[in-house]
Amino acid sequence: MIALRHVSKTFEGRRALDDVSLRVATGTTHVLLGSTGSGKSTILKLVLGLVRPDAGEVHVEPAARIGYVVQDGALFPHLTVARNATLPARAAGWSADAQASRLDALTKVVALEPALLDRFPHQLSSGQRQRAGLLRALILDPPLLLLDEPLGSLDPIARAELQEHLVAVIGELGKTVVVVTHDVREAFVFGATITLLNRGRVVQQGTFEELARRPAEPFVAEFLRAQAPPPAMTQYL
Amino acid sequence: MSRRSVVAIVGVLLAVSACGEWRPDLPIIRVGSKSFTESYIVAEIVAQIIDETGEAHAERRLGLGGTGILYTALAAGDIDVYPEYTGTIGQAILKDPSATSVEVLRDRLKPLGLTLGTALGFDNTYALALRRDRAQHLAVRTISDLARHPALTAAFDPGFLEREDGWPGLRRHYGLRLADVRIMEHALTYAALASGRVDLIDVFSTDGQLERLDLTLLVDDRRFFPDYKAVLLARQSMPARHPRTWAALEQRLAGRLDTAAMSRLNALVDLERRSFADVAAAFLQRAGPARGADRQLVRLTLEHLGLVTVALTVAVLVGLPLGILAARRRRLAQLELMGVSVLQTIPGLALLAFMIPLFGIGKLPALVALSLYALLPIVRNTVAGLGSLDPRLLEMTAVLGIQGWRRLAWIELPMASITILAGIKTSAVLTVGTATLAAFIGGGGYGTLIVTGLALNDVATILAGAIPSALMALAIHGAFEALDRVLVPRALRRLPLD
Repeated sequence: MIALRHVSKTFEGRRALDDVSLRVATGTTHVLLGSTGSGKSTILKLVLGLVRPDAGEVHVEPAARIGYVVQDGALFPHLTVARNATLPARAAGWSADAQASRLDALTKVVALEPALLDRFPHQLSSGQRQRAGLLRALILDPPLLLLDEPLGSLDPIARAELQEHLVAVIGELGKTVVVVTHDVREAFVFGATITLLNRGRVVQQGTFEELARRPAEPFVAEFLRAQAPPPAMTQYL
Repeated sequence: MSRRSVVAIVGVLLAVSACGEWRPDLPIIRVGSKSFTESYIVAEIVAQIIDETGEAHAERRLGLGGTGILYTALAAGDIDVYPEYTGTIGQAILKDPSATSVEVLRDRLKPLGLTLGTALGFDNTYALALRRDRAQHLAVRTISDLARHPALTAAFDPGFLEREDGWPGLRRHYGLRLADVRIMEHALTYAALASGRVDLIDVFSTDGQLERLDLTLLVDDRRFFPDYKAVLLARQSMPARHPRTWAALEQRLAGRLDTAAMSRLNALVDLERRSFADVAAAFLQRAGPARGADRQLVRLTLEHLGLVTVALTVAVLVGLPLGILAARRRRLAQLELMGVSVLQTIPGLALLAFMIPLFGIGKLPALVALSLYALLPIVRNTVAGLGSLDPRLLEMTAVLGIQGWRRLAWIELPMASITILAGIKTSAVLTVGTATLAAFIGGGGYGTLIVTGLALNDVATILAGAIPSALMALAIHGAFEALDRVLVPRALRRLPLD
């Protein structure tokens, strides 16, 4: 369970979050939607404990072990995929056997070819790097999973494929998941609940349908419409 | 090359440098000398007499840079005996120009724990020299005559320029003025005079060069220069512990070496290019020592490599933690970088000289100075390498629960390894060059040849030290390229540095 109550945060005089409250129930998926600078990544950093709020409260339960996946994987360039993925387990003092069997099980979950485990990050495609990043995030089986623009750096085909796979994996694992994206379609595919942010403020919270049907402000409709394909185009697809 | 073999090679180098020279089971008498021909020859004669007597083994610490260094070394017990001059003892050591006779000096040295042997017989006093043609043209015969020629130029040895019994006192005594006075190593002043670049130089009355060049020595008509009788200056413990050796030195040397004889010995080295050991043996009417040049090169190479390896190892062991600490605290980083940069601006020779009061002479002070000198590139590159890591990856490290030494060992140091190793490589190459200065304080290495070559004004000997030193720098550069392949993670070597 994640709860933010009236949280504000300022970075070097710029207000990143302004009185933000939101709640993510255990076992649900929540999408933070907004454009660059809307404050959505700052919420993840607050949840991770990387930054502290200026005002308000951040409550994360259980506090330990959060899986974190970012754009392009953020793999360590000097380590193989396997070494990257097992780092948290090594730091936690797991035996080599335990690491290996967990790695084996997770390669199937994230659909990463086992042959890629001995490769270095620069030898992988963006999609493979993202799967490796997910693998690393899952290695300690965290109850919370935070995905920050997980599909941001992928080409359209890899993006569609991994998006579908991610949704399926999340459904199977039954974890509490927060996905940060600027992409309305991704929000639609991932999210039972969506929080739309603009300039550090929560504009509206609800299902995609609620946002689309009953926009709280003109900004909501404007934001959703801006990314919709032109109606004239959809007839060909 | 595997990681293990690199460790093994470094280990062997450390061991070799630690052993130093081979010594037989006899007690050791350390013989020092200044870095000019005559001092080398007399010290070599002393060393050969010590070895011949068989009571002790002579260890040669020749070519040390000047009275200050030698006196400090003698007082500290780093050397036991060296040839000195009565005038220098009175002026530069006792700071009392009125003390001139050997007996008075010996009494005055007693409270300092030092003693003097009987005068050797030659008097090496300062003199001013002009080319004969120039002297005749100017009608200059005495030092007083110089007062009539204020347009003359001179090149003086640094010692002569500074000492009260040198140029400052002489100038006042005679009321002299010269148009231009340059500082120049003694060995180089003859060339400057011969080529006509200067009119006047300071010489010693026993210089071997006097025979070759057609020079006029100006008469000290108002008797300014004190006596410079050659004597052996020793720690009192030396005659006490090695009475037979001291007696042998007195018997073979006291009054046996007059000014003309010394001048001839100097000429044998300076002009005929014979070795100090050879000339000393000839004087003692012994067969020359069979010390091969190649064996000497091997010894100097090991010494030099030892200096570089130990200094670099220490610099890495100190510099890396300093760099890591500085990378964590910005203010500390500025302080540290300022500190090591200041160290770098101190001329190498001056830094070596600063070490003498603290560590005496020999390998230890040289190693300390070289280590300090090697710090800057290592600290700077460690700070730069750790400071330029991708903040996104560091954030991820924290999220993954990797902290403390694991963060350093698993993530930060490997990712910064290219930059850090580049700093160590720079340091290593730099240290090979700087280590040649170690010879000035008896640290050994290739610099020994360079110091000797400078004393002899012999370019071949200088190059015999300088070329191997340059080759070693190249070899070490190559070795580090190989080390990069072992220590830098495979994947990082292929990546462009972004």
